[in-house]
Amino acid sequence: MEKAKKRHIREYLIEKWFLFLATISIIILGLIVVFLFKEGLPIFKTVSVGEFLFGQLWYPTDEPADFGILSIIVGSLVVTGISSMIAVPLGVLSAIYISEIAGPGVKEILKPVVELLAALPSVVIGFFGMVVMAPFFQKVFNIPTGLNIVNASLMLAMMAVPTISSLTEDAIHAVRRELREASLALGATQWETISRVIVPASLSGICTAIILGMSRAIGETMVVLMVAGGAATIPESIFDSVRPMPASIAAEMAETPFRSDHYHALFAIGIVLFITTFLFNLIADYISQKYKQVGTATL
Amino acid sequence: MKKSLWLKVLALSMVLCFGIAGSAFAEKLVIKGSTTVLPVAQKAAEDYMKMHPDVIISISGGGSGKGIKALVDGFTDIANASRFIKKKEINHAMKNNIFPVAHRVAIDAIVPVVHPTNRIKNLTLPQLKSIYQAKIRNWKELGGDDRKIVIISRDTGSGTYEVWHKKVMKKERISPRAQLLASNGAVVQAVKGNKHAIGYVGIGYLGRGLKALDVNGVTASVTTALNGTYPVARPLFMFTNGWPKGVVSDFINFMVGPKGQKIVKEEGFVPLYELGR
Repeated sequence: MEKAKKRHIREYLIEKWFLFLATISIIILGLIVVFLFKEGLPIFKTVSVGEFLFGQLWYPTDEPADFGILSIIVGSLVVTGISSMIAVPLGVLSAIYISEIAGPGVKEILKPVVELLAALPSVVIGFFGMVVMAPFFQKVFNIPTGLNIVNASLMLAMMAVPTISSLTEDAIHAVRRELREASLALGATQWETISRVIVPASLSGICTAIILGMSRAIGETMVVLMVAGGAATIPESIFDSVRPMPASIAAEMAETPFRSDHYHALFAIGIVLFITTFLFNLIADYISQKYKQVGTATL
Repeated sequence: MKKSLWLKVLALSMVLCFGIAGSAFAEKLVIKGSTTVLPVAQKAAEDYMKMHPDVIISISGGGSGKGIKALVDGFTDIANASRFIKKKEINHAMKNNIFPVAHRVAIDAIVPVVHPTNRIKNLTLPQLKSIYQAKIRNWKELGGDDRKIVIISRDTGSGTYEVWHKKVMKKERISPRAQLLASNGAVVQAVKGNKHAIGYVGIGYLGRGLKALDVNGVTASVTTALNGTYPVARPLFMFTNGWPKGVVSDFINFMVGPKGQKIVKEEGFVPLYELGR
């Protein structure tokens, strides 16, 4: 009797301990968010939300200063958009090839290599873009600067491809074997099986992969800091320089006086960035819930 | 297996204890701040620790703003800064009962640079200003080749930018088309690889595949920066809390003394006075 009670208490303690461990990350996240908003919101005493989000001039250290981040937001969106246009087809198609078409020998080489791409530190990719790609672009396209949207997007795509590819592969892997076998047994070709069965069945997973890849691209700092050129202006062509949000924060935070307007404005950019990536994740979550392949009848 | 793990833990904790006990006898000095001053402070700290083995100096960068913030919050003994302290920072310091005192330790001259193939040799201050306002957009307007000008500037928070903004731009705005790069090194890279570019760097960064331009006909050098004829120069500071005492005072004296100033010169900055040979 006594023994049973002891065991019960032990069970209880272990359970609570695990609950505590599980909530630690939530608590930390919560604290960071609170801190982010606490440091970011005071800027709106100086400028209105509208002026901040839609103002085009970013002169944070002038007297009087201008805190308009529209060009910075546009910079982030353009770079992320173009990099997704490169990374999504590359990532998804290579995942399909690796998991469905490639023979075991090719697969053995391709899979680790794609994953190795994820292991490259972003500063190395940034340096590559700055020292190798920038002069190359300048020569080939005869443009005044190689530190531009195209270069940054290409480098970001390199970082997003492994994320998209490996998550897509997981999603395809999760498609039940009998679906594949049934399709082939009905006489469908391999292409028909992939396009009509495998991809639709793993669509929610693929969408999640794409969105997580994009949120990786929008939050990436080092690459855009080194390669995007850093001009806080709305671009007129894809060979113009831009200044995405993470680059602004990283470049300016070190030198800004503590709790100055500039400091608060940088945190407010952080809030915008946080909300953007948060939305991305919400959408990913929503899609993966809504379009989850539950049975086999709906295909 | 398990025993050996415990032995390791025991050994480690003993080492830690001795380490802490050992360092209790040493004096500690914390230096933080400007990345411009960092190489000088780093070298000076190494030499100083060789001469005084009982002093441990920990040194880190982070920027002028961060250094002064650390001083204001009492986290550092010396704050390196490539600019003077701002009014807001002084008010903040006063509230914390901290009284920042400035010590000039070196002079930095900022030099406009272009690609070596550029034919331009000299620019006046007004010309530089028009370039950075994007009013002059082609090198041919200045007597150079027919190439578009790509303006390269530093981030608006950096001390180097602040000097350029004040001395060249006369506090007017740099065109938003300017590329803002995060470090002297990045500007060197960008200008070296771009025939269209103009940038500006500290005098210590010259000579790496860059062509330095004269300003108002004056070549940037130790002599011209010291006698004030070179127009784009600034002092570099170390801030202490109150007039320094003890080790802090000794280190500042070392810094402004002949040995420290020799380091300043070796790191590519301008020393405070002509050094004897």
